[in-house]
Amino acid sequence: MAQVSLRRLVKKYEGDVQAVKGIDLEIADHEFVVLVGPSGCGKSTTLRMIAGLEDITDGEIAIGGVVVNDIPPRDRDIAMVFQNYALYPHMTVFENMAFGLTLRRFPKDEIRRRVDNAARILDIGELLDRKPKALSGGQRQRVAMGRAIVRDPKVFLFDEPLSNLDAKLRVQMRTEIKKVHQTVKTTTVYVTHDQVEAMTLADRVVVMNNGIIEQVGPPQELYHNPTTKFVAGFIGSPAMNFIPARLENGAGALRLHLPEGIVLPVPPERTKRYAPHAGQEVLFGLRPEHLTEEKPTDKANIATFQVRPEVIEPMGMETLVHFWLQGTEVSARLDPAVPAEVGRPLTLAADMNRMHLIDPRTERVL
Amino acid sequence: MSGASMATGAPAAPAYRKVGSLRRERRWALIGAYAALAVFVVFFLLPPFHMLITSLKSSAEIADLSGNPWTVSRPTLENYWALLTHGSYPIHFRNSVIVTLCTVAITMLISIPAAFALARMRFWGSTVLATGVFLTYLVPETLLFIPLFQIIGGMGLYNNMWAMVLIYPTLTVPFCTWIMIGYFGSIPKELDEAALIDGANHFQMLWKIFIPVALPGILAATIFAFTVSWAQFLYPMAFLVSSDQMVLTTGIVSDLIRGDTFQWGMIMAGALLAALPPLLVYAFLMDYYIAGLTAGATKG
Repeated sequence: MAQVSLRRLVKKYEGDVQAVKGIDLEIADHEFVVLVGPSGCGKSTTLRMIAGLEDITDGEIAIGGVVVNDIPPRDRDIAMVFQNYALYPHMTVFENMAFGLTLRRFPKDEIRRRVDNAARILDIGELLDRKPKALSGGQRQRVAMGRAIVRDPKVFLFDEPLSNLDAKLRVQMRTEIKKVHQTVKTTTVYVTHDQVEAMTLADRVVVMNNGIIEQVGPPQELYHNPTTKFVAGFIGSPAMNFIPARLENGAGALRLHLPEGIVLPVPPERTKRYAPHAGQEVLFGLRPEHLTEEKPTDKANIATFQVRPEVIEPMGMETLVHFWLQGTEVSARLDPAVPAEVGRPLTLAADMNRMHLIDPRTERVL
Repeated sequence: MSGASMATGAPAAPAYRKVGSLRRERRWALIGAYAALAVFVVFFLLPPFHMLITSLKSSAEIADLSGNPWTVSRPTLENYWALLTHGSYPIHFRNSVIVTLCTVAITMLISIPAAFALARMRFWGSTVLATGVFLTYLVPETLLFIPLFQIIGGMGLYNNMWAMVLIYPTLTVPFCTWIMIGYFGSIPKELDEAALIDGANHFQMLWKIFIPVALPGILAATIFAFTVSWAQFLYPMAFLVSSDQMVLTTGIVSDLIRGDTFQWGMIMAGALLAALPPLLVYAFLMDYYIAGLTAGATKG
């Protein structure tokens, strides 16, 4: 068990392409950290540098307090689970799981004990004599996890391990991974592009974009208090609405002037925070789940306005309504019982307690 | 309307017109395939059949030009018996086996690590080197044997079958390395990364992961090296002169053709027996060979 430290970590490829641009990150012992971001954001490169599969251009990686920059992967005491499982096709499940221990010359009965234990945790005891080609995708992923568990390493590294599975199995394996972590409590670094996976698994989520860390925090913190437009838009599904607006100060109260004459009052408790930006063009950020049908409530700061839905998507448990405000698509999440119709005026309620204002130039949340 | 139509019993008009027939197309494709294969089989199997018939004839029957060359009237094994009990055929056979086995072993010992290094261990110039390896294979042996003659002579190995063990790998190593580079390259990169993380060094990765996984490709290369060594004619012709050093390809023609006297029965028997080892190798390894040749053709 160990903490992992990344200090001013840089990765440059040939042609001066900078995949990772000097990131700093401290991962505590036992922690489950998820690196999330779009393709090409540097998350996999970062993970591969931790594993020792990529050279480090600059900076430092320490595992358990020891700088491992020049230590080969086999001596870093890490285990990795790959997207395509990377099981050895000519070996049985048992041999696959035991391979790392055999190379390290563990006694045979110790290998048997560890493999049996991991097989019990992952419920793959009856598969031990099979070859990988005789396993389903989910079973292969379990074996790949088993191969990591038996090593009892300082750190688990997961590189998009669920991407090859179908949607149902992905949800099931997500729970398995969480359960395994709760059992073995090994420090884990997990890479995914799926923000739902990140939110459900992580103790802390690291949102990466274009080679830098945009924000680090617990899932709820990132959801409720994003610091940049990128994080606000990346976390949450459907993505947060960003509507161009003008912040005006009138009669001691701040108001947001949206396109098509919609005016929304800013909650009084936010006045002090936003007052310095009065008169500025801003982006008004509001998640679809905070833009709903009008309903009786005693909550303060609920503002209503009327729209004409242009696309309606019934999802069963909810209905997504899409409309456009001067070219900007806006989504709202409605109770499925609400009779929304394309083109028919619909009154929506915006929970202004959950609003965000973003500076369009710096793309930082105000 | 429909009731009236049913009452008259008139057949309903077809709702759509039938265009072409998949079954007919398939039948014609099969007929074409069988015809092409029949030509192929006749073309390639007639010579061995003629060899077999001739090898079972006595010298007198072969010399009798009035007889049918495709039939044998009094089959005899005297050619085989003479070949195996008199003359140098067993020595040539033994020499061929030794040279071929040694060549295959040397080829694999060089080609497998070379292909592994060129396919997987990224180093400066590895791509150019891989292409260079293949280019050496393209140099015709008819050009190479003159400088090789000087080298072998300088080493004192002229008229020594062990010279073949040194020379044949110049033919087999480049090609075997090349096809194994392709095969190793088709193995997912994550497999060696998983092995590295599991604690394997490069030698263990090669021995415990790559060789077992790439076995079909390695066997394909082995068959190639075996065939090239077994059937090589030019180099033994140029470098081996005494019968006790000769291999089968040159031994048969030099021992069984005296001036303008061709011992056809024994030549054919010798050639047929010489064709047996490659046939056996192919028969046992064919499945792997096909798998090796088609590796990487599909994703699965």
